[in-house]
Parts: sequence; structure tokens; C-alpha cells
Amino acid sequence: MTLHIAVLVVLLGLFFVLPAYHVGAFSRIMVLAIYAMGYNLLFGYTGLLSLGHAMFFAAGMYGFGLTVNLFGFSVAPAFLTGIIAAAALALIVGYLALRTAGVAFMIVTLMFAQTVYLVILYFGEYTRGDEGFVVQQAQRSFAGIDLTGETERYFAALILFAICFLAVAKLVQMPFGKRLVAIRENEERARMLGYDAAKLKLHALIISGAVSGIAGATYGLLFGYVGASFSTVQYSIFPLLWVLLGGAGTTIGPLIGVIFMFYLIDISSGYTDAYLLIAGVALVLLTLFAPLGLVGTLRKRAFPWLP
Amino acid sequence: MLASLEGAVISAILVLTAMGLSIVFGVMRVVNVAHGEFFMLGAVLAWVVTTTLGGHPVFGFVAALIVVPVLVGCIAAGADRLILKRVNYDPDRTIVATIGMLYIIQQATLMTYGPEARPVEAPFNTRLSLPWFEFGDEGFQMIWPWGLSITSYKLFVIFAAIAVLIALWIVLTRTKIGLIMRATQQDSDTAQAFGVPVGKVYSWVFGLGAGLAALGAVLVVPIQQAHYLMGGDPLLLAFIVVIIGGLGSLPGTVIAALLIGMSDGIISVFFSPTLAKIIATFLVAMVLVFRPQGLLGRAPS
Amino acid sequence: MINKINRRTALLGLGAGTGALAAAGVLPRSMGFAQAQSSAPIKIGFQKHATGIGAAYGRWYGATTDAAVKRINDNGGINGRPVEIVTEDDGTDPSRGAEALEKFANQHDCDVAFGTLFSHVVIGSAPRAGELKIPYFVVSEGHHVASGGLNRYTLQPGITDVKSQVISMAPFVANNLGKKVTMIYPDFAFGHDHRDFFTQAIEAQGGEVVAKIAIPPTETTFTRYFPNIPRETEVIYHVMVGPAVLTFVKELGEFFGPSRPEIFGFIDSLEAVDINSSGLEFLEGTYFWEGMPRHAQADQTEYDKAYRAAVGVNERGASIDDPANVSTFAHMFGCWETLNIIKAGMESADYQGPQDRTKLIEAVEAVTDMPESEDHPQGDKLFNGKTHQTFGKQYISKVSEGRLVLEHTASIEDGLYEDEVDYTTQSF
Repeated sequence: MTLHIAVLVVLLGLFFVLPAYHVGAFSRIMVLAIYAMGYNLLFGYTGLLSLGHAMFFAAGMYGFGLTVNLFGFSVAPAFLTGIIAAAALALIVGYLALRTAGVAFMIVTLMFAQTVYLVILYFGEYTRGDEGFVVQQAQRSFAGIDLTGETERYFAALILFAICFLAVAKLVQMPFGKRLVAIRENEERARMLGYDAAKLKLHALIISGAVSGIAGATYGLLFGYVGASFSTVQYSIFPLLWVLLGGAGTTIGPLIGVIFMFYLIDISSGYTDAYLLIAGVALVLLTLFAPLGLVGTLRKRAFPWLP
Repeated sequence: MLASLEGAVISAILVLTAMGLSIVFGVMRVVNVAHGEFFMLGAVLAWVVTTTLGGHPVFGFVAALIVVPVLVGCIAAGADRLILKRVNYDPDRTIVATIGMLYIIQQATLMTYGPEARPVEAPFNTRLSLPWFEFGDEGFQMIWPWGLSITSYKLFVIFAAIAVLIALWIVLTRTKIGLIMRATQQDSDTAQAFGVPVGKVYSWVFGLGAGLAALGAVLVVPIQQAHYLMGGDPLLLAFIVVIIGGLGSLPGTVIAALLIGMSDGIISVFFSPTLAKIIATFLVAMVLVFRPQGLLGRAPS
Repeated sequence: MINKINRRTALLGLGAGTGALAAAGVLPRSMGFAQAQSSAPIKIGFQKHATGIGAAYGRWYGATTDAAVKRINDNGGINGRPVEIVTEDDGTDPSRGAEALEKFANQHDCDVAFGTLFSHVVIGSAPRAGELKIPYFVVSEGHHVASGGLNRYTLQPGITDVKSQVISMAPFVANNLGKKVTMIYPDFAFGHDHRDFFTQAIEAQGGEVVAKIAIPPTETTFTRYFPNIPRETEVIYHVMVGPAVLTFVKELGEFFGPSRPEIFGFIDSLEAVDINSSGLEFLEGTYFWEGMPRHAQADQTEYDKAYRAAVGVNERGASIDDPANVSTFAHMFGCWETLNIIKAGMESADYQGPQDRTKLIEAVEAVTDMPESEDHPQGDKLFNGKTHQTFGKQYISKVSEGRLVLEHTASIEDGLYEDEVDYTTQSF
């Protein structure tokens, strides 16, 4: 737990040393890292590879944005609606998709996410489809704090990140988390040990979906935009990539994965137009030389105490 | 009627792309995220071959049909040797590595070929009108209106796909190559023990899979255009088709391709197009929910 | 320097509670740039669709921007200062677009941001422009600016919005082509704008839309949707975007064969595509909306000539170096004109640096008439400072012998509509 606090202290400290642009970048990174953590819970700990997590991110985002825009909800209830929408969607998806496993699970989640994407477009009258809509500045203040300022944004992102980060860290140390890992390692044996694997997996999916929903709602809240591009396949593959890069099944891996990927694109695009080429080569090299992700490999090679 | 013919064309292309993925996935057990990019490379190279050669469209097209799949196959086999082999076909790492390959191929294409969608001229393209039966005021009548038509090239695509499928089926079931592939698929360790050069087989399979995708792309490029982002949808659809059909089941893949190709066309007769797509996507997903092993896949014992 | 103090204040604020935190955020930022020397270049952040779905447009927007900046610099720059373009790729993605704006404002110290085309990128980026307080000049033809959904820092002075374009087409369509229209459009926001605005406009002309065929996004073949076109249709109205446009138009031709109704399309359906591509022969005798005529007309103005020469396109709107490389001619003039408006605005506001950004916006809001000139080669413009939207002439061309020949020019008045917002009442 101390290590987790240390990570948060570093993030807090970064605010005071980083130049303005990178403060903004880290606000974004922390929001995306929440998403990655939600994904990691299902993929890294439970061993279920979903290709449709963007639907939970989008459910949180639209649950927040639509209630603000259409019903004039204030931030707190709208945010809560977003989380509930994501958790409810995860419950339905889980109920259906968890009948499958392995690649079939990947495909079913992928197709459900595609369905959600099309539904968003279909109700374009309310969602403005692919264009999306803006959550106005006036609608983005909480308890009298205008969350559109750079400082407020950073701390809002940090607080939400900290809550999710510590909660996930706690969760995976509890018996619940250990059982998820048992399912990942060998579902058959976990079942013989008397665990209700189906129920545990459903719970993992709901929590994972809800955390992803928090990320989506936070994005809408802090960056003022809600759009269908966040529900596309691309945004389902991102968290998988981040988690694999950082290290699946580690609590800090998702954050590291997001930071790595963000700055890989950010820095390389400053030098060349062909930054995707660089990103591609970097990914290939990473799989060759850091097979367990950055954190996973470091933990194995040098620092066994990494969380 | 028209919807189903169009659906057949879509299915034909889809089945070739899906076969490629199915073979790779079946034999090697890796998810190749870059599969769609091999499809795209096929289309782009078809444009390159036809425009470099010039001359009559038939000449260029036939040349592309032969050269491009081989070329793409070699690129893929090279990538397999260089990268996938070294990550030991570990499922997770392969995903990241193939995402990396996807970026590399896309960006390289953007830098050399450019962002435009470019057409390849069809070798032949006659418009064939079809009669239409309508129950009007004067009883049952046959009219020849605007609208109901298909081009000879689209029909050719359907037949070409069927021919390739039959050839593939013969190779897989009647030849030694097929036997080796199936042996590797079922148990690569045992196959290795019996002297099958599994590493080589993997490279060949990876190349063959990419080549099939490229072949589908060469066929499609006179209908659609070559564009550097065109690989995304074929990847997803092919992936869906393979799993819905049932892993390793050739007929299952064909049926699934027909199902996907046709379903939203037929449903769109009753609903608005986007709603039809929503329903079709959802229903196809439900097939898998209630039959996780796919349509013709064997249930795990 | 100021940034550091800001952070220290925030640190104190942390102890004192969140209220002080909010106060810290109110401090002005990037004041350091105010001391920049007056000969330093004016930096314009160019948000470019270099990759992603908009890349074909992005390349030509880039070429036009470079040409416009070269001309401005050759003529002495802005207020005697040279102009420098800072390009960031947004990947045609709203999230990346917002990041690009952050880079412009906080990393490159740009004076203004400019150049976005795709609506979702504009809408995803605009909130950040408002928060970073950086003027954001878009070249998108979307109705998002004039609809009131964005903010005071976002303006569209160089290109007419889709609502105005569509409305101004209705009289010509109803009077010359037919009253029963079938619309084919992509089933997302851009298509819905066409659907809604044109339906209203054609009804006002005594016509009607007999069928609305929405094509789902991600579609790559289209023939199966065409049987839904009713037989009574007199005019097909089509608009399509994305890499599949050529397939769409080709299949439309294959579908109709020799007997077709009148066809009216937005050139978006064929932007960056050669009108003489094989399979498009059936377009002979059909009509297109054009933002600016792609093919040089018989009565070509000198401004048009100079503009083409500067950007490097020939009389058919294709690259001089590679005639097979067709430009996005109907849209990219917007970059040229917007940069000239930024120049005019900065000069009339006596713009010195980022502290004058609000003065710049007020100066642009005060603009009304912009006559046809080398600065505005597309034609006369009328800018509405309240809605931050410009209105210009619209062109309808007919395809004859493989050329787009101007048939009708819709006046600015044809495209005017009631204001939906007054941004000038918003505070900065």
C-alpha cells in the first residue's frame, strides 16, 4: 500500500514541476489510466480478454453527458448516472457474454460494442451521432468549483484516479481478487475449490465496466466533449494495448502503459510525420524485449517489490 | 433479390479474407490484428501493379491476381520469421506485435501511396439488367426498369471466390500440405516429434493466410477503391466470421460469411438501414452466445 | 516564472482547502510570452488531418495553408511580423484534436489555432479552445459554430456552413430539376444536417422529399440501398463522404443504367476524385454543388487564376506536378481565406501577442463584408459576427463533356437564415 501512496505522491508532485502542457497531458493520462485499470481488472486479473470495453467507457460518457444536456442534471447525479449506466450495461453484457469464453468472448464483446456504437448513431437526434456534443462550461462545475480550469482539472483527475487506484489495489489483495486470479490461472481448479466462477466473473465484469464508465464520465466532465468515436473498436483496443504494455495483472502497469503510449506518440510526432511508424517499431521491439510488459518485466528482472 | 446478389458479392470477398484468418488462427492459435492490413496491402499493390504495367485492364488485372498475393504472402512470412517467431507465438505478445505491424504497414502505405482512394479498372464490367415482376393494375407484369442490375464483374467475383474455395478445400483435405497443417493444428508438439518442421509450417501458414486476404483484396479493388485505411472493417468482419462459423470448420466459415454478408441486406428490407445493422449485429452476437463453439464447431469435450 | 508562482499558490491552496485551489486556477497563464519581441513571428497552430480518415483533405488543406502563408509573408507578414505555421496532426480524432490545441497553447505558444475540417474534431477541440482562451478558426463547413453549440473563441469566417449551402440549393433544384426529391446521405450528423435543412428548404419551394435513404457509416457497398428509391422520383440528391465515395457514385451509375432521373449531388461525394474516372461516364448532364468551381471557367477571375497558381493546381483543380492528384478544391479555399481574415483581424486589432487575443476576436466579429479579391478568391462573403459564421456565394455546376461547367450561382441572400446564437454576449 505504501508503494501505491508513493505513486500518488509522485503524481501530486508532478503538478508542481511539470510545464503547463504536460500538466494538461497528465490530466488526460490519469483519466485514461482509470479506463486501463478497469480493463486490467477483467483482463489482467480474471483472464478475460474483452474487445468491447469502449461500450462501457461510452456508457459512462453518454450517461453523464446526455443527462446533463437533455435533463439538465448537475454534475454529481449525472456522473452517478454514468457509472450506473456502465455497470448496468456490464451486467447485461456479462449475463450474455459470459456464457462464452476465450475467442468467442472476444467476438461477442466486440459485436455488442459495435451494437452500442450503432445505437449511438441511430439516436443521432439526441446524441448528434459521430459529431458528438459539447458539455458547456457552465454545466461542468461541482460544489462551486469550475472544473474547466487547468488546476481544478488536474486535481479532479488525480482524486478520481487515486480513488480507483487504491480501490483496485485493495480489491486485488482481498480474497475476491485472489479468487479472480485463481480463475485466470485455472478455472477448472478454482471451481473444484468451491468458488462460484460464473458469479465471480460476472462481478469482475461489472466492476470492470463500472470503472471504465467512471473514466468515460470523467472524460466528458473534464474535457467537455461527448462523441461516438469513443465507442469505436479503436477505443476497445487501446486499453488492451496499454495494459499489455504496462504489464497485465499489476496495479501500476495500466498507468505506466498509458504514460508510455501517450508520450511515445506525443514525442515522436514532434520529430516526424511518420510517428506511427516509430510507434509500431517500438511496440514490436517491446514485445521482443519486455515480454511481460514494462512493469511485469521490471518486476521479474530487477524490482520484485513493484506493485 | 438485388440485396441478396449484392450480399453474395460481399460474402464472397469476406469468405476469402476469413479463410486466411481462419487458417492462421486455427493452426497457429494467434490473433493476427494486422490481417486487415495485408488485405489493404493487397488492394494497394494491385493498384501499383496495374498502373505500372499499363496496357489493357485485363492484362494488368491478371498480373495483379498472380503477383500480389505471392508478394503479400512473402511479406507476411518474413514478418513471421522476424517477429512472431521470436515472441514464441505467445498470444498476448502477438497481439501487441501485430498492432505494431498494423501501425507500420499503415504509415508506410500512407507515406508512399498517399491518403487518396484510388480505383483499379475492372477487366470487364458490363451492366446486366434483370427483369422485375410486379403485380400492377393490369395483373402480373414483367418490367425492365432502372435499377435491377448487376455487373458482370461482380458475378465473376462470386465465381472466382467459389473456385478459390474449392481449390483450398482440396489442398487442405487431399494433399500432404493439408495433412501437415492439420497435424500442426491439432498438436504442434506431437507434430514436431514426428518430424514436421513446425516453425516452417507456421511461416508458410502465416504467408498463405495473408496471401488469401490479398487475393480477396485484388478481387474487390475494381469494385471498391484502394485506400490505406481500408483494412479495418475486413479484419473485424473476418474475425467475426471465423468465430461464428466455428474454429477450423471450413464449411462453417462459408456459412457464417453468407450469414453476415446477407443478414443486414435482408433485414434492411424491413427496417431503416442503420437499425437493420444494429439488429443484424446483435443477432449474430446472440448466435455465439447460445452456441459458443460457433455454428459448425465442435463443442469442447 | 508566473507558472511557478501559480503552482506554489496552488500548493498553499491545497492546505487551505479546495476554495483556494479554484482561486489559483484563475491566475492568468502564459504571460511570459507578452514580452516577446515585436519582430518575433506570429505563430499559427495548424490542426491538420495528416492521418486518419481525413488525410486526403488534410494534405490539400496543408498545401493551401503553406501557399497562403507564403503570400502573406511575401507581402510583409502581419503587422510587419512574419507568420510561422506550427503543424500538429490530430489523426482526425476528437481526443487527439484537443491535445493538439493544448500543444498550440501551452507548448508552442501559438497566437491562434486554425484549420480543422472534420466536425467531430472541431466539436471535440472547441471546449479546450475556450478553456485555453486561444482563438480557434475552423474551416469545417459544419453548422456547429452557427448553431450556438460552441463558444466565443471558435469562429468560422472562411467557409460557408452546411445549413446555408443546403438552403441556397433548394430554389435551383425545385425550379430546374424537379419537385420530387429522393435524398441519399450518410446516416450521421453531417448527413442529418443535409436531410433536415434541405427538407425544410425544398418544401418552402413547393417541392417535397419523397424518400430519405440513410446509408449506415462503415458501409463499403451501396447498391442494395438503391432499390428503395421510389419510381416517382424526379431528382436524386446525394451527398457522401469518406474513402468509399467513388464506389458510391459508380454504383449509382450502374444502378440506373441508361434511364435515370435528374441527379444533383454535393461535390463532397467526389472531392479529390477525378470526374473522368472510369465508371463515372453517367455523370454527364448531372449537377453538383461546388464550394468553388474546381474547373477554371471561361470567365475565370484574375483572383482565381492567382490562387490556383499559388497553391499549385491547374485549370482542372489537380496538382500541377501530378495531374492525377485531384485537390479538394471545393473546400480548401477556406484555409486561404481564413488566414487572410486572421491577418486582417490582427492588423485592425493592432495585435501584439496573446494578451490581445480577445481584441483579435472582437476585431473579427466586427467584420461584415469581404468583397471578392485576391484575399477572397472564392467570391464575396458576408460575415455575421454574432454567430461567428461567414456566408458566401454557392455554385452549381453541370457536368458536360467531362468538365464541371458553372450553371448557376446562388447569391449570399439565398443562403441566409435567422441567427441561432449571439456569441458576442458571452464573456471571454
